[in-house]
Amino acid sequence: MRAFVKDSYDVVVAGAGPGGSRTAMKLAELGHSVLLLEKRQEIGAPKRCAEGLTLTAVDIMGDIPQNCKMREIVGAKVYSPDGNSVLVHYGKHGGYCLERKQFDKWLACEASRAGATVLANSEVTDVIKEGGRVKGVKARICGEDEIEIMSSVVVAADGIESTISRKAGLDTTNSLVNVDSGFQYEMSNLHMEDPDKIILYFGNDIAPRGYVWIFPKGKDVANVGIGTALSEKSAKHYLDRFIESHPEIFKDAGIVEVNSGGIPVGGFLRDMVLDGFLAVGDAAHQVNPIHGGGLKEASVAAEIAAKVIHRALMEGDVSHDSLSEYNDLWWKERGERLKKVEKLRQVTEKLSDKDLNMLAKSLTSDVLIGLTRGSKMGTLAKVLMKNPRLIGIARHLF
Amino acid sequence: MAWEIDREKCLRCGACVSVCPELALNLKEEGVLHDADRCTSCGICGRVCPVRSITVVK
Ligand SMILES: Cc1cc2nc3c(=O)[nH]c(=O)nc-3n(C[C@H](O)[C@H](O)[C@H](O)COP(=O)(O)OP(=O)(O)OC[C@H]3O[C@@H](n4cnc5c(N)ncnc54)[C@H](O)[C@@H]3O)c2cc1C
Ligand code: SF4
Ligand code: SF4
Repeated sequence: MRAFVKDSYDVVVAGAGPGGSRTAMKLAELGHSVLLLEKRQEIGAPKRCAEGLTLTAVDIMGDIPQNCKMREIVGAKVYSPDGNSVLVHYGKHGGYCLERKQFDKWLACEASRAGATVLANSEVTDVIKEGGRVKGVKARICGEDEIEIMSSVVVAADGIESTISRKAGLDTTNSLVNVDSGFQYEMSNLHMEDPDKIILYFGNDIAPRGYVWIFPKGKDVANVGIGTALSEKSAKHYLDRFIESHPEIFKDAGIVEVNSGGIPVGGFLRDMVLDGFLAVGDAAHQVNPIHGGGLKEASVAAEIAAKVIHRALMEGDVSHDSLSEYNDLWWKERGERLKKVEKLRQVTEKLSDKDLNMLAKSLTSDVLIGLTRGSKMGTLAKVLMKNPRLIGIARHLF
Repeated sequence: MAWEIDREKCLRCGACVSVCPELALNLKEEGVLHDADRCTSCGICGRVCPVRSITVVK
């Protein structure tokens, strides 16, 4: 398949997740020569995702084909540690549970249709630098011997692993406190009360810092998973215990897929570019720190990245200073808000089960949705400050 | 010093790769590759692993 590949490109994108495919597609649409390389044998599989996509993200993605959308989601049911629940109505902000395997392939196909060269089983093994500037990549096209490919700009969209940035000299190593452990079963034959809503379970014994989720993909099929902070026991241990303690849902269930993954829940980078280089999506820790959703973030970042790279290529200046507009635009559009959500995460992880029960009783559906988007912090602070013990913690929100 | 992985347990998710400060890990289709020359046995990779398939002994 060497014949598919030219010696040089305007842009080489490493990683064909949503971040990489969307960046490649946008740049190809703008007339640039683009090579999109994915190391896995099959794009999108196995998934590292609960496959939830909110409608605000659906708007960005455009016309998602029917075969990618498994189920429409109209709201959420959130359980506090004491077993009480709050209903969150998404209203016009509902969403879908996707089939990521189909969805990621669709995005890669769209990139290909736009004119990008897309190749699976093709690992980017290293970054070529000359005089401190990124000039291209080394890659094994369809598993063959390593070759050099030159490129005006290299985009690292290599997900959680984020090795490409580090090889290029951009330190994206995330600290342990900013990475949640994720583990999930896709399960069949479940007894779900309300398969049109996602169900979330909070509690320090259930999932330290994080939560257990049930994301329905059908009437009796769902992704049942957990995201949790560093603790004595593994994420798998916590999820297995949860499943065993809920026979009303799981007693007849089967497991049709097993997934695990790391979820960046903070550690946003002020500088995500180098000369001739930038990073998007999980590779740059662009994930919502409270719910762990990264599909929308990767897509928004891809949009911004493509716009900036296009301008830089047209001007013939792909230096750090020129590409730095990506930092400015991303921080303005997403970073500032996500930083607030990161603070919210740092506050909620200090709360006891009793505090969480109290919050569940005091906060409305609108406030809960607002919080996940980086607003309504004042409302939360007021509720926390009613308890003298929590005043100090509440201050961290600002 | 020893870094060990239980390849039956490992689900090839890459979480360990993301936190290794030495860039000593690389995820391949067939599993995690470990570069013993780079590894300092800090143990961080094992702590993030969702299924605890890595053991590091100082
Ligand atoms: C358990 C779990 C549940 C989640 N649930 C949700 C959810 O419900 N909703 C949501 O919005 N988000 C969710 N997320 C987060 C979401 O999956 C990610 O944020 C999203 O996939 C990020 O997209 P990306 O394009 O940045 O990276 P990825 O989708 O991870 O794509 C990166 C790609 O790069 C490839 N790659 C890596 N290195 C190389 C290399 N050297 N050369 C070539 N290719 C390479 C990888 O193989 C991979 O295919 C979840 C994450 C986890 C772990
Ligand atoms: S023990 Fe530390 S240095 Fe060695 S592979 Fe794990 S994280 Fe990297
Ligand atoms: S974090 Fe664990 S399961 Fe994931 S790739 Fe590393 S060793 Fe394997």
